[in-house]
This record gives sequence, structure tokens and C-alpha cells, in this order.
Amino acid sequence: MIRLEPRKEVSKHLLYLTPVMAVAVTIALGLVMFAALGKDPFRAIAIIFYEPLTDLFTISEMIVKATPLILIGIGLSFGFRAGVWNIGAEGQFTFGALSGGAVALALYQVEGFWVLPLMCLAGILGGMAWAAIPAFLRTRFNANEILVTLMLTYVAVLLLSVLVHGPLKDPEGLNFPESRLFHEAATMPILIAETRAHVGFIVALVAVAVAWVVLSRHIFGYQVKVMGQSPKAAAYGGFVEKRVVWISLMISGGLAGLAGTFEAAGPVGQLVPALPVGYGFTAIIVAFLGRLNPIGILLAGFVMALTYIGGEGAQISMNLPSAVTGVFQGMFLFTLLGIDVLARYRVRMARRLPAEKGS
Amino acid sequence: MSEVPLLQLDGITKRFPGVVANDDVSFSIMPGEVHALLGENGAGKSTLVKMIYGVLHPDEGSMHFGGAPYAPAKPSEARAHGVGMVFQHFSLFEALSVADNVALGMNKDAVGANLDQQIIEVSEAYGLVLDPTRYIGSLSVGERQRVEIIRCLLQNPRLLIMDEPTSVLTPQEVDILFETLRQLSAEGCSILYISHKLEEIRTLCDKATVLRGGKVVGSCDPRQETAKSLAEMMIGTTLTMAERKQATLGDERLVVRGLSAPSADPFGVDIDDVSFSVRAGEILGIAGVAGNGQVELMETLSGEHPTSPETVMIDGAAVGHMGPTGRRRLGMCAVPEERLGHGAVPDMSLWENVILSARTRKGIEQGGFLDLAKAQAYATDVVAQFNVKTAGIEHAAKSLSGGNLQKFIVGREIMQAPTVLIILQPTWGVDAAAAADIHRALQRLADEGSAILVISQDLDELMAISNNFAVIAEGRLSDVSPTGSLSIEEIGLLMGGVHGSAEAPARAEASA
Repeated sequence: MIRLEPRKEVSKHLLYLTPVMAVAVTIALGLVMFAALGKDPFRAIAIIFYEPLTDLFTISEMIVKATPLILIGIGLSFGFRAGVWNIGAEGQFTFGALSGGAVALALYQVEGFWVLPLMCLAGILGGMAWAAIPAFLRTRFNANEILVTLMLTYVAVLLLSVLVHGPLKDPEGLNFPESRLFHEAATMPILIAETRAHVGFIVALVAVAVAWVVLSRHIFGYQVKVMGQSPKAAAYGGFVEKRVVWISLMISGGLAGLAGTFEAAGPVGQLVPALPVGYGFTAIIVAFLGRLNPIGILLAGFVMALTYIGGEGAQISMNLPSAVTGVFQGMFLFTLLGIDVLARYRVRMARRLPAEKGS
Repeated sequence: MSEVPLLQLDGITKRFPGVVANDDVSFSIMPGEVHALLGENGAGKSTLVKMIYGVLHPDEGSMHFGGAPYAPAKPSEARAHGVGMVFQHFSLFEALSVADNVALGMNKDAVGANLDQQIIEVSEAYGLVLDPTRYIGSLSVGERQRVEIIRCLLQNPRLLIMDEPTSVLTPQEVDILFETLRQLSAEGCSILYISHKLEEIRTLCDKATVLRGGKVVGSCDPRQETAKSLAEMMIGTTLTMAERKQATLGDERLVVRGLSAPSADPFGVDIDDVSFSVRAGEILGIAGVAGNGQVELMETLSGEHPTSPETVMIDGAAVGHMGPTGRRRLGMCAVPEERLGHGAVPDMSLWENVILSARTRKGIEQGGFLDLAKAQAYATDVVAQFNVKTAGIEHAAKSLSGGNLQKFIVGREIMQAPTVLIILQPTWGVDAAAAADIHRALQRLADEGSAILVISQDLDELMAISNNFAVIAEGRLSDVSPTGSLSIEEIGLLMGGVHGSAEAPARAEASA
């Protein structure tokens, strides 16, 4: 029989090492998977994990993908630390994009430096509004926020679809379900010329810095940590659970909504039904792979972006299925959780367990 | 008594990672003997009896039961030999009846067809009144213990192990229990009685084995010893106990008027119209049997469950509506019963745990931002002043032993110089030396003019340190009277008296 015994004190170094080990194990598993598919495993891994790093354009594309992942991941990390499980960032992302995009369309052809900030504000408020529904239901009726946030995701995605099929449809768009392309003042300024990397990345970096300060130096960061580890101690400390639930959902909703607006006003440039591509879900992996630590999330955001870009590369040059990206992201979460268990618990049995077994 | 001991232990050793829980322990119990196993928390008593009951297995040494080698692999084997055990923490299902619970804890073949009848017979034979059809949820703690005892008695035990049985009982209930145990002993059943309450052992037991740090340090006839000599054998040093002094009391600092609060826990106790006051320099002790509203009272007073403003006043300021932070700002600090997970966050370091309750009074939080250096300095101070044994303030709270963590938490509150301190079970699970330290610290704080409310189940402790005294039962508080003005019998009646009168009709409904 295999038994897991909790370790008395988990070393901090080990906790930071586990994500690195998870990446290594995932790559090893990837080698096995490609070999089983009859592809050259080393070439496939090189295409996914190395080649995107050798070219300025692919790096800029990584920034495009990493920006929403980091923003959403940072937002989620507060709630996850406090035990508030918002897994519907995808919905808040979508509703935020819809809110920000609606402002852009309402102000179509209106010039002014304030158009884009107004869109961002609308996006933040939209994401917050969408997250306010689970916050209210949880604090008022004790409804499980996991279910509510997840289900609201589908509502938001369908709402976007309805609106771009109807009121927000481009009047000159030959009846395609798309909005107008946003005009110049409603589009994200480009960060690196000739690429799609936009200033949203700077905002993501600022979010990382602010989150780091809040988590390590501010009472709110302390509050979410205590709340997540021991709710009774939080009550003794004078922290009110409802407040923490509200604030952390507002942070995650707001940042997801902002990321949605950036996506609509940046790489996509309009509202389309296919705008939500799963950043909200992938950001959950980013948050955990980054150990809910802002710097870790920054790095994890890039690792995940790498799987997107590398996965596309593998599709093109090796004819691999597009599911490769999803498989890798799933394996990341799986191996991370498995290795985490091994870091926190000692395995007790006759024979030792190899690390891969954790996956 | 016959020549062959009922149970003989030879050189029992049990090691856990990093600690030897029992080191070469040998002693024997004769048939019909009431044998005390005496020792402080952490002396290895529980480990030892768990091996006798088959829950744990010794690394070295051997046991003989009735002359034959005895090595139970699991509790059911021990029960088949005639060993019964009543644990300190009951293993009963509240939603099942007494009879169902009894049946669940017995070996399959031992459960007879007419269990209800058997329960009634045994309960009458030993004076432990119990109705087999009642639900556990409606029973008092003392009655629940009877269920556990009867479960053992139904299996005709030759050895009954009792782990700290009196910590949840009123003095009257203790008397009934002792009668039962004496009757059992007269019938030839041996009893292994685990306790650190010295007076009890002196009244009940024929023989005592004293454990300290996992080793047998002495064995004696407790009736020939004084409580002091037993204590010194148990602790290994001479003790300087805290002494109650005639204090000059100042103005009322904490005033509670008509405080009522429903419990958040469905099995909890509602606080019902509690009124009292504590003056500057006063230590007010509140006694009571566990589960009579102590935790609820503490959480209401500390602000974890706010009420209406005027029910709680600190130095004349109405604070009933405030949370813990507001009350701390006005000078009220509190120490909860549960150290890990309530008074401290288990996985956080000591200095991070300082922020939890001292951030307001120690200026660690300013404008929402935390001064980490201040928190670390304060944690270092607490560790130094209260002699907390730890490898450093970077270590997690859960890495400390119970007594050290308690010293840390008590120190963390006392060094904030509170004007009002509420402390629940100040020395629960703490060794005698640390307990004496904590008592002295509380008295110093009172001498400096603070008002202190001590809620404890340990009557001796309250007698030793409090100036005034009250009893909580079923969420209601008795009148406050000077410590020493009530006899132990009167206190016992207060602890159980409310049960007897006001509770009886309610009970009948619950069981109907």
C-alpha cells in the first residue's frame, strides 16, 4: 500500500523548484508521446520549446499571448490564495472585451487620446460586474463560486455571439458575425514595430509589480494568505471573509476584463465570436505553475505562451495535430500537481516511487 | 491479589522520527489493581497505552497478559483478550442511538441479540444511568463518556484503560465515575488510569507509575505521597507556583451587560444573557465543563461574532458591534483555545503570525502597509521574553511544540500591554513549568492594572490565580463571587446544576 505522510515543514526552495521540475518532466513525457506518434521526438520538442525563442517575430507573438495570461493569472492568484476559486476568468475576459469593445463601437471614428483609456475602464468594470454575480451569490447565499463562475463563462461567450450577430454587427460587413474594425484611437499602440506586441504588456508588468508589493507588504496580501490557510485564524485576526471574497473576485474580474479589452483592441482589432480562445482557463495553469507568486506568474505566462507558439510551429512544420498545445498545457498542470504532492508529502511504501509516477 | 500480574510490560521502547516516545518502559498491573500512569503532556503515556490497546506496536520489548505473551496487532485483538479502553476524545456518532454506537465499537461476535437489554442491565449494575434508545447528540459530555464505558463493560474486560477521563466531568460526575471504577476493581477488573491530576490519583489509585520524557522515573503508592511530591516526581524539579495575592481592584474596565449570542455552530451552545464586569487589576475566572459555551463566549467577547454595541464595553466605550481589530485598538486582546488554526496560522512563520493580532497595537500596519522589520523585531522579543524554544522566528508555527506555541501566543498578546485580556484555557496541554510561567505573566499583567478574564476547565488553575470566580453552564453565567468563598461541592453543583434543573424537560423532549 502507498501512503502519503505530510512533511513537517516544506522547504521553500523545494516549492520554487517544483515548477521547474514540472516543466522538465512535461518535456520528458512529450518526448515519449512524440515517439509513440512516430515523429522525431527531439525535433518536435526543439520546435515547440526552442525555436520560438530564436526569432524576434515569434518572441513578439509570445508577448502577445503572455500578456492576457499574466494579467489574468495575477488577478486569479489573489483569490486562489484566499480559497476563492474563480475558474470563470474566461467569462470575465469575454464580458470585459464586450464592454470595452462596445465603448469603442459607440465612439466609432471619435478621435481623442481618452478613447482607449475609457475602453479599458469599461473593460475593467465589465469584468468586475461579471465577477460580482458569483461574489454576491457566494456572500449572500453561500453559492459555490466554482460552479457559478464556470457556468457564467458560457453565458458570456453566448452573449458575445448574440451581440455580434445582432446589434454590434458591422453594418458594412456583408452580414458576417463581426463588429466593425476598431478605429485608430480605439486600438492598442504597438510596442515593437512590425509586430502585434502592444503596450498591454507594459500594463501586465505593472500588474506584476503591484501584486508583488501587495502580497509581500500590504495587509490585503497578508489577509488572503491567512484566509486561505486557516479561516478561523483569519476571523481571530479580524479579517472579514465576505470582504476578502468580494475584493479578490473584483481583482480577478477586473484584470480579466482588462485583458479582454486589450485582446479586442489589440491583436484582434474587433469583436468576433471567436475572441475567447481559452486564456481565462490557461491562466489557471499559469497561476499555479507560477506558485501564485507574481514573478512566478510572469515566467509561467511565458512558458505557456511558448506552448501556444511552439504548438503552432509544430503543426506547420511537422504536421502535428493542433491538440498538441492543449496536451502540453494539460500535462504541465498534471505534473505540477503530482510533483507538488511529492514535495508536500513523503511517500511511504516498500519501494521508492519515481517522480514521473506523480503525473 | 494473585501472584501472576494481569499485564506485564518489559523494556517497551517506541521510537518516532526524531523522538523516543517510550524508552525501556517496564511495569506490571495486578488483577483488580487500580494503576495510575502519571506524567505530563508529552511524557509518553498515550503512546504506551496505545501499544497496550494494539493501536501502535512497540519497536522493542515484550508484553505478557495473564502470564501469556501478548502482542495485539489491532484493537479488536486487544478487545478479544479483554482489554477495553475509553479514549479522551470520544468516537461516537451524534446521529445514532446509544445502542447503535455501542454495537459499532464492539467486536462482531460480542454483540448479542438483545443489546438494549444488556445495556440497561450493565448500566444499572454500575450505577451509570443510560437509555439505549437515546441519540448521542442529545447527551451531555458526561453521559457520552458513560456510553464509552458501557461499551467496554459489555465485553467483560479484565483490564480497562481510561485516558484522562475526568477532564470533561463535573466534580459530582467524577464521584460517580470513581464509584464505578472502585466497584469494577472489587470485582477483579484491573484499571489503568491515565491522568496528570494528582489529587484524583491519590483518592483512586493503588499504585502509580510515573513517566517523564518516555522513561519510568518512579513508582509509588500514591496514597503515601503528597500532591507536591508526586508533582515533583512528574516534573523532575521543584516548582514555584503562582500565588494569588490580595489585589487592590480599580475601575471596571470590561463590562458585559445582557450579552446573548446564538452559536454559529449547529451543535454549539448559545450565549444566554451573560452579564459581568472585570476591574483593573482583577483576574476573573470562569469555570465550566467543556462545551458549555466557553468558546462561544470568548469569540463573542473578542469580536469574532459582533453583537449590539452596548453589550460589551471597554473602559466605558461601547464595542459590541466592533470586530477584533477595533477592540484591539481599544486595548482588548484575546487568546483562543485552539492554538493551531485559530490563534496561529500553522504554515506561517512566527513573525508572520505576529502580524495576525499585533499589527494594530504594535504599529506593524500603517496605512495598510506592513512594516516587516517591526514584526520580526516584535516576534524576536516575544520569543526572548517568554522563553519560547524555537530554532528561529523564520520557522512555521506548527513546528513548535504545543507548550511553546502557547507561550508564544500568550506572550504575543500580553506584550501588547492589553487593558483587557481574555484568555481561554491558558495552560491546556502545557507542561507544569510553562504553566507556572504563564500564570505568573498573567498576574504581572493584572498587577499593572489590566483586567483579565480567564476561562478554563481546570478548577485548580482558577483557584490558584483568580480573584473572583463564576461558572458557565449551558451558555448561562452564574453570579460572580470571590474565589475561595465557594466550596468545590458548590462549584460542582453550579457546573452541573443548571443541567439538572433547567435541562431535564428539554432532555425528555429530545429523547422522545
